[in-house]
Amino acid sequence: MINKLTKSLGALALAAGISTIAPQGANAQDTVKVGVLHSLSGPMAISETSLRDVLLFTFDEINAEGGVAGKKIEPVIVDGASNWPLFAEKAKQLLEQDKCAVVFGCWTSVSRKSVLPVFEKNNGLLFYPVQYEGEEESKNVFYTAEAVNQQATPSIDYLLAQGKKKFYLLGSDYVYPQTTNLVLLEYLLSKGVPLENIGGGFKKDESGKIISAGKYTPFGHTDYQQIIAEIKQFSAGGKACVVSTLNGDTNVPFFKEYAAAGLTAEKCPVVSFSISEDEFRALPAKQLVGQLGCWTYFQSIKTPANKKFVDDFQGWLKATTVDGVKKEGRVTCSPMVLSYNGVYLWKAAVEKAGSFEVDKVREALQAGISFDGPGGKVTSQKNMHLTKNVFIGETKADGQFKILKEYKNVFGEPWLKGTFKPKTAAK
Amino acid sequence: MNKRTKIELAIVAVIAVILIFVLPALNASGAVSNFTINVWGKYLCYAILAISVDLLWGYTGLLSLGQALFFALGGYMMGMHLMRMIGDLGQYKKPIPDFLVFLGWEQLPSFWVPFSSFAFSMLMVIVLPAIVATAFGYLAFRSRIKGVYFSILTQALTYGAALMFFRNDMLLGGNNGFTDFKFLLGADVRDAGTQRGLFIASAIVLIAVYGFCRWLTTTKFGLVQRAVRDSETRVLFSGYAAANYKLFVFVVCSVIAGIAGALYVPQVGIINPSEMQPDKSLEIIVWVAVGGRGTLLGPVIGAVAINALKSWATRAYPDLWLIILGGLFILVVLFMPKGIVGLPAQIRGFFAKRKSTETPAAAQPSPTAP
Repeated sequence: MINKLTKSLGALALAAGISTIAPQGANAQDTVKVGVLHSLSGPMAISETSLRDVLLFTFDEINAEGGVAGKKIEPVIVDGASNWPLFAEKAKQLLEQDKCAVVFGCWTSVSRKSVLPVFEKNNGLLFYPVQYEGEEESKNVFYTAEAVNQQATPSIDYLLAQGKKKFYLLGSDYVYPQTTNLVLLEYLLSKGVPLENIGGGFKKDESGKIISAGKYTPFGHTDYQQIIAEIKQFSAGGKACVVSTLNGDTNVPFFKEYAAAGLTAEKCPVVSFSISEDEFRALPAKQLVGQLGCWTYFQSIKTPANKKFVDDFQGWLKATTVDGVKKEGRVTCSPMVLSYNGVYLWKAAVEKAGSFEVDKVREALQAGISFDGPGGKVTSQKNMHLTKNVFIGETKADGQFKILKEYKNVFGEPWLKGTFKPKTAAK
Repeated sequence: MNKRTKIELAIVAVIAVILIFVLPALNASGAVSNFTINVWGKYLCYAILAISVDLLWGYTGLLSLGQALFFALGGYMMGMHLMRMIGDLGQYKKPIPDFLVFLGWEQLPSFWVPFSSFAFSMLMVIVLPAIVATAFGYLAFRSRIKGVYFSILTQALTYGAALMFFRNDMLLGGNNGFTDFKFLLGADVRDAGTQRGLFIASAIVLIAVYGFCRWLTTTKFGLVQRAVRDSETRVLFSGYAAANYKLFVFVVCSVIAGIAGALYVPQVGIINPSEMQPDKSLEIIVWVAVGGRGTLLGPVIGAVAINALKSWATRAYPDLWLIILGGLFILVVLFMPKGIVGLPAQIRGFFAKRKSTETPAAAQPSPTAP
């Protein structure tokens, strides 16, 4: 029996050993390998699969027009499975085994933090497309994502212009909401909003310095009654609004309770930073009508470039034979467009640099490259972020946003904490 | 020592030589890629973890659904030391970890201070899981919590810990946990040489843990352990304090898991509370069941095979890998109750049975034939 056991053990070790050797590309001469690192399973799959789809669409579009610097893009798709150590492993595989020239991927901050050392070690290049908290800059990551000043602070500007005086900060308990709200606290104070008009509560350290602002609920929280009651009281005097960084599923009970408590968008609007058209599909549209969103792209933008993008993407969805691509009821949203823009920016940078080498591509990106995307012109910056247009939108019953306001060419700034100084006298 | 043990010993010795000497040498000469060494180092840590579950479940009958907690605790202790070793090379260029700067701390919180010492951190890798396991185990076993109730409680324990670690107030990095490690014992953690060293260390620990558990199960203690599994009441009537035996095994297994976690973290480069979530502990149970529980060797094979399969399938079939893995688990549960290591015996048993039913039929021509 032990003999047989040895044999089966040997076969297994062999199989496992082979399995870690990634299949090599057929022809390295006329293709360039590009990594796609998103969660296709697990809790993040619902959001990230859309980004995989739009990336494949973009690659097909580029390949149809001759590829990047004459080379066809050969996508290498891996599943990060919403598992952060696996993200690091997959990043390593894409860079060390597959030798991908560039990787498009990640959604959550923790996945980005997990792969960051891998990209730095291998001098790889990651394009990161989802709104994030800033406080990070790496020469190996290009952030097409919205920085806090391309989403949160413009929303406050808009609300202030609408005559709002009181702001209730609410979010899920993780890094993005915590950082955003700390920045917003400083920003509100700098705009002359007094501390007592900022709701949600504060946490102070021993010296009395505020280390956390706003109300936080864990992932998957469902009971919002008490918080809604607090908001109702807070907004009783009028001119109030809620700034929400609530994530994912928790928006469902929150907005249900919100509507049930008689709070409306007219009385006390909620501006959410984590609900795009894609997330909207899973939410009760009726209860959300009139609430606000802020992104650097909306599907409802009326330009020929956007119309072409939306139509082409829908056409690609119908025609594609890729496994696991959902064809019905698809929309486009900001993270998808930022992924799309990222691919084109990289293509332009490669062609400008005349090389796929990361150092040269980075140099080209840092020198400033513009691309006319579906959301208007975007320009790469020296700090590896993106100058782009910011839109404030109002949700409609059909799952789309009505654009209320546009801020042109906002510079992406990752380091905001401590930059806004409070006004001494309130307005 | 019977023949079977001798052969098993020989197999383990060969594997040990391959893991500790051959693979690292091939890696140093460039024949085996750094990536392969790195992922295999990870599998070995999982294998150590799987042994700890097998000692609990396969040999003592304690189905712990919270073993990943101890793994994560060991990992966190190592992570704290690695965070201190970053020095002022973080995003904020401050001498304390980035997330503390972000939370508004200017000085290191007092409980972080001793983790600058490698020796202290390594001590805590062992001590912290042991303390948690002792406290929980003492209460659980004294109250004679058994079977499914014990499993549920261990699951609740790890879930509660995950929720606690998710909070930023814990000052342990919240949801993001610890990442961006730079140095370990003066060496760059991300260097191929350091990763090779960690791989060798994982291999040595794996062999040592295997040897220790193999020895433990052959002692009188191991006998009582198995008796507890088969009939705890009889053990009690025979005058043994079953609770003490169970507590000891539980603590030993938590320490083994903690050491595995400490080796795992510098190799994968991240530790965050998702490691404590209940599904991680369930995964370990699957490795053990697939490999063959109560065999010590089986869980090692199960852990390595399933994780290698996962690594491969998430790259080769990113859309289908869950179905492949899930299908495999169902097949194993349905058709291979003794797991991978039980397969040869099962196949032999199957043929022996067929032979025994065939032979009499062939020997005796049907008497009812006309």
